[in-house]
Amino acid sequence: MSAAAATLGHVRHVLSGNPVTALAFGLFALLLVAAVLGPELVPYDPIKAAGASLQPPSARHWFGTDAVGRDVFSRVVAATRLDLGMAFAAVAIVFVCGTLAGAAAGFFGGWTDRVVGRLADTVMAFPLFVLAMGIVAAMGNTVANIVIATAVVNFPLYVRIARTESSIRRNAGYVEAARLSGYSDRHILMSEILPNLLPLMMVQVSLSLGYAILNCAGLSFIGLGVRPPTPEWGIMVAEGASYIVSGEWWVGLFPELALMLAVFTFNLLGDGLRDIVDPRRRT
Amino acid sequence: MSAAVAMEAGARVPVLDVADLSVQFRTRSGTVHALQNVSLQVHRGECLGVVGESGSGKSVTAYAVMRLLDPAARIAGGRITFAGMDMLAASDSALADLRGRELSMIFQNPRAALNPIRAIGRQLADVLLRHGGVTRAEAPARAVALLAEVGIPDPQRRAAAYPFELSGGMCQRVGIALALACRPALLIADEPTTGLDVTTQAVIMDLVLGLARARGMATVLITHDLGLASEYCDSIAVMHAGHVVEMAPTAALFAAPRHPYTAKLIAATPQPGRSLAELAAIPGGLPDLRRNDLPACRFLDRCERVAPDCAAAPLPRSIMEGGAMVACRHPL
Repeated sequence: MSAAAATLGHVRHVLSGNPVTALAFGLFALLLVAAVLGPELVPYDPIKAAGASLQPPSARHWFGTDAVGRDVFSRVVAATRLDLGMAFAAVAIVFVCGTLAGAAAGFFGGWTDRVVGRLADTVMAFPLFVLAMGIVAAMGNTVANIVIATAVVNFPLYVRIARTESSIRRNAGYVEAARLSGYSDRHILMSEILPNLLPLMMVQVSLSLGYAILNCAGLSFIGLGVRPPTPEWGIMVAEGASYIVSGEWWVGLFPELALMLAVFTFNLLGDGLRDIVDPRRRT
Repeated sequence: MSAAVAMEAGARVPVLDVADLSVQFRTRSGTVHALQNVSLQVHRGECLGVVGESGSGKSVTAYAVMRLLDPAARIAGGRITFAGMDMLAASDSALADLRGRELSMIFQNPRAALNPIRAIGRQLADVLLRHGGVTRAEAPARAVALLAEVGIPDPQRRAAAYPFELSGGMCQRVGIALALACRPALLIADEPTTGLDVTTQAVIMDLVLGLARARGMATVLITHDLGLASEYCDSIAVMHAGHVVEMAPTAALFAAPRHPYTAKLIAATPQPGRSLAELAAIPGGLPDLRRNDLPACRFLDRCERVAPDCAAAPLPRSIMEGGAMVACRHPL
């Protein structure tokens, strides 16, 4: 059996044993389709008026229309690409930097540990959302800066988990054995320790994807993120919030539901991902 | 390289020559004199047993030879020569190159010595790639061949297994395959069978020593089990509190132990045909090695033959006929 086939078989095994994970993967696939193909599939142009303003949901406009007559359904689906993209980019950055920094801190100890630890403590000293606001406000309202701010506020979480786990393993028998086989510290860190951290980090990745989406949308919600008329869930919730009192609930509700669905999916995905990455679950 | 050249030069040049090695550990509660003037020689194709109770310095000696002591340790004196190379003067990169290729080790807990999250075939292939001069394409097949060599059934399939899927004995076989992958000149086996059940013990020992003899490797077997050492070793060094108190060919050591501690150890080993009630325990324990006024003979508190001149330095080391050594002022 080839390695790829074995992995595929294992994925199938995990999914069949755990219907909730299968559901999470299904929802995740749905989100991915929306992100990749969404803007091409939607019935109306998300940034142009498609009918009368503030129409309730109907067969023509599934989620109704907003204040300027744009189709809410088209906007919600089209926004997936930007929201997921920002969250993925932020988590990818923090996953690589945070895991490496934390694993090195736990493995080498001493100065590396002190520098990385203080860096993480500094970030932790701020209320995280306020820090993200500060970073975007100082560096400018761009997508890149939202991604960086979201990565920065997640940094301590990754550092702490990776540091603890790698310091537990720095004296493990197999690390000793690797030293006795003449491996360098760098090789031991990268090929012996890091693979052991992956299952745990995968759970963290999935959980923080949900948080990253909320963070990006939150920044846009308070006007610090992406600017209108770009379709983005945070802005759309902000725009819709004022109409809820006057009875036009659909403008804000549907983007909010999309946000909830995304966060829900990523939280569920965590456990399933761990089961797939950890060979000890292959029984 | 130098290992092979040195071995050609003369059969009686030891592969490993440890001379007067002293190791100390700096701790918060004082300096621990873990090893003092330890001397050992192992020749090609020979198996040396290092026996002694816990804390006698067996493993410290092994790690000192590997040059992998804890940062708190300090080599206070002596020489370690491996295949003609001065291990204490060698550079870190030279040492890293040596470890795993010329010098390798088998561990007490085989499962812990394998990375739990990587398939065993890959771990073997890694060592081969690091030292064995094989290409990336050849490595997996060589790994499977190594697994077959240590008697793992269905090696092709097992290569994809993870350590948790194997029994303790199987894990130790993988550990042996890892240690022997690059045909080292010296193998250190640190209590290789302690974590295994008795029936597996014999199989594993036969496997290690069989492969070692077949390849003309020098082997150091570290154990607290005198019975095991007597069965497999050509000569035995008895350690007590950081001293080698006696070193002799196995038969001579058992026939006529010269050091009182050796005699007591032998009397404390269960033997067929003798009742367990006859087993003699050795009274007392190891002295506190943090003391700065340790007597020359560290066994004198537990010794029945203690005489007034035993505490005086230096500890005499008498060489007997046949190369045996005993460190006692009043040997048996």
